[in-house]
Amino acid sequence: MIGTRSRHWVEGWLLVLPALVLLVAFTHWPVIASLIDSLNSTPRRGAAPNFVGLENYQRLVADPVFAKVMWNNAVFAFGTIPTSVVLALLMAVWVNSAIRGRAALRLAYFTPTILPMIAAANIWLFFYTPDYGLLDQITGLFGFGRTNWLGNPDTVLWCIVVMTVWKEAGFFMIFYLAALQAIPPDLTEAASLDGTSRWYFFRRVTLPLIMPTTLFVLVNAVINSFKLVDHIVVMTKGGPDNASSLILYYIYETAFSFWDTAYASALTMVLLVVLALLALVQFGVLERRIHYR
Amino acid sequence: MSSISVTGLTKRWGSVTALHGIDFEARAGELVILLGPSGCGKSTTLRIIAGLEEATSGRIRFGDRDVTALPAAQRGIAMVFQSYALYPHLSVRENIVFGLKVRRLPAAQRESRLERAAEILGIGKLLDRRPAELSGGQKQRVALGRAIVAQTPICLMDEPLSNLDAQLRQDMRTEIRALQRRLGMTMLYVTHDQTEAMTMADQVILMRDGRIEQKGRPADLYMRPATGFVARFVGTPPMNLLALEGAALTALESAVPVLGLPPLPRGGHLGVRPESLRLADAGLPALVATVEYLGADSIVLCEVGGQRVAVRVDGATDLAPGNAVRLAWRTEDTHLFGPDGTRLAPERVEVAA
Repeated sequence: MIGTRSRHWVEGWLLVLPALVLLVAFTHWPVIASLIDSLNSTPRRGAAPNFVGLENYQRLVADPVFAKVMWNNAVFAFGTIPTSVVLALLMAVWVNSAIRGRAALRLAYFTPTILPMIAAANIWLFFYTPDYGLLDQITGLFGFGRTNWLGNPDTVLWCIVVMTVWKEAGFFMIFYLAALQAIPPDLTEAASLDGTSRWYFFRRVTLPLIMPTTLFVLVNAVINSFKLVDHIVVMTKGGPDNASSLILYYIYETAFSFWDTAYASALTMVLLVVLALLALVQFGVLERRIHYR
Repeated sequence: MSSISVTGLTKRWGSVTALHGIDFEARAGELVILLGPSGCGKSTTLRIIAGLEEATSGRIRFGDRDVTALPAAQRGIAMVFQSYALYPHLSVRENIVFGLKVRRLPAAQRESRLERAAEILGIGKLLDRRPAELSGGQKQRVALGRAIVAQTPICLMDEPLSNLDAQLRQDMRTEIRALQRRLGMTMLYVTHDQTEAMTMADQVILMRDGRIEQKGRPADLYMRPATGFVARFVGTPPMNLLALEGAALTALESAVPVLGLPPLPRGGHLGVRPESLRLADAGLPALVATVEYLGADSIVLCEVGGQRVAVRVDGATDLAPGNAVRLAWRTEDTHLFGPDGTRLAPERVEVAA
């Protein structure tokens, strides 16, 4: 009896093992290692790291660049999330209606998601180039002079915002399109017999029914806004004067350009906590107002 | 109250013709059932009358109002969908008054109509639930509630009972009929279930392949089916149709003097309902194939010249497969159909109203 029971126990663990190894190696251990690293000093010239407690976190509070990238990130999030989600919904409603060439339109909206971002960023780099870039050529027609869109700390972040909206909206549209198509056509017909206007139906029926998708999209949008790094590497390298640097790019710079791994670990922990809190708030606030079928 | 009159209704989708000219009239306060197998065009007809689909040609009149060109909302109809079409995120209460809110009815009036409907349907205790928390029968009631509060003279129903179990379906049949009479609605009701048509309708319109096969009172369709198709579709078990050819024809012709049958149209069909047949000493010779015992009666399946004939007998029977029997029926219970399937003489006695 005891023999078979212990064998079952071993079999159980063996079955879980592959998943467990992957999860521990690539998720749990890195989090713990980052936490430990963030409490130690950066090892330099062969000197072993030593425990410094919260010193890295104290440094973080006083760091003006950290404050700046957090602010940038907040601006970036508020600039991209509402716009891309609303745009995604509008596009989904449009390509869900019976219009000519809607397959082509759907594909066109989804293209930014398929394109490799390095390539797309290079195209946008051309748009923003002073003098002969697309944007300057167009504004030039109306008599505006040369603008260094990416070189100006006042405009550079908005340039990244516009490009991100372009990329994200099409991606989120696919989720909204799927949600819209899951609404039974009977509901629309029943409402049309009552003389329900399209706007009233959209507000009272469509929107509540696609709330689960909205929550999913919002969580993804928030996470995406905090993990943007590739566009910045290609287009601005965070400049000028950190005006377009976001938190993940700052972590990357700290870790792999300045090799200050301990401080980068502390920054990473902050990012993780922020993301966890945001997800909790979203689930907590929206969950109660969502109808899941 | 309002009558419905449909003339020359056709519907084409590209090269496919779904309706080839439908004409019928529902008098005010009548319950008219569109009956037929799936794909016969009955739902399309209903949807065109509702204004959810556009007719290719033809006219629709409600009373003396021509509604052919009117959008669904202006036709003044209520509709109950097969799926019930309840808004899943709204409570029963909100579902029922949704249309009234859209029509900007004052809150007090909404409330009184809701109360009355809830009382009629006995769903007062369910008003704060969501559709997901209701059983199929309860959802059905809520869908009816939505039609009741609209207080329209015309109510359309698209297979409203097809998602319910047999027992509940039977109860709801009676209930919907009673409701229709009590509220004086003109009701157009689509179903593929001939029992619903027979038990509920003032008038049945039997459709097949986009055409009306026969229209009339349920008893007309049962007693005087216009075609072999109608004869088989109405009544359970369906009417026996013996093809007038081969061994069966020989056997029938030999029984003509005994049974007093009229001349038989070769290549056509002779129809007799299972309940009109009886086992007798003289008549059409047949062999018992199987016996189905149903309790109150039994269905004896016999063979006549290689064709199947069902006979309904009271209670149990000690007949066994292989027994030779003779079948008899009254002359006036004979239905004859020509080679094209349409009814021939003898004309039947008039059906009592």
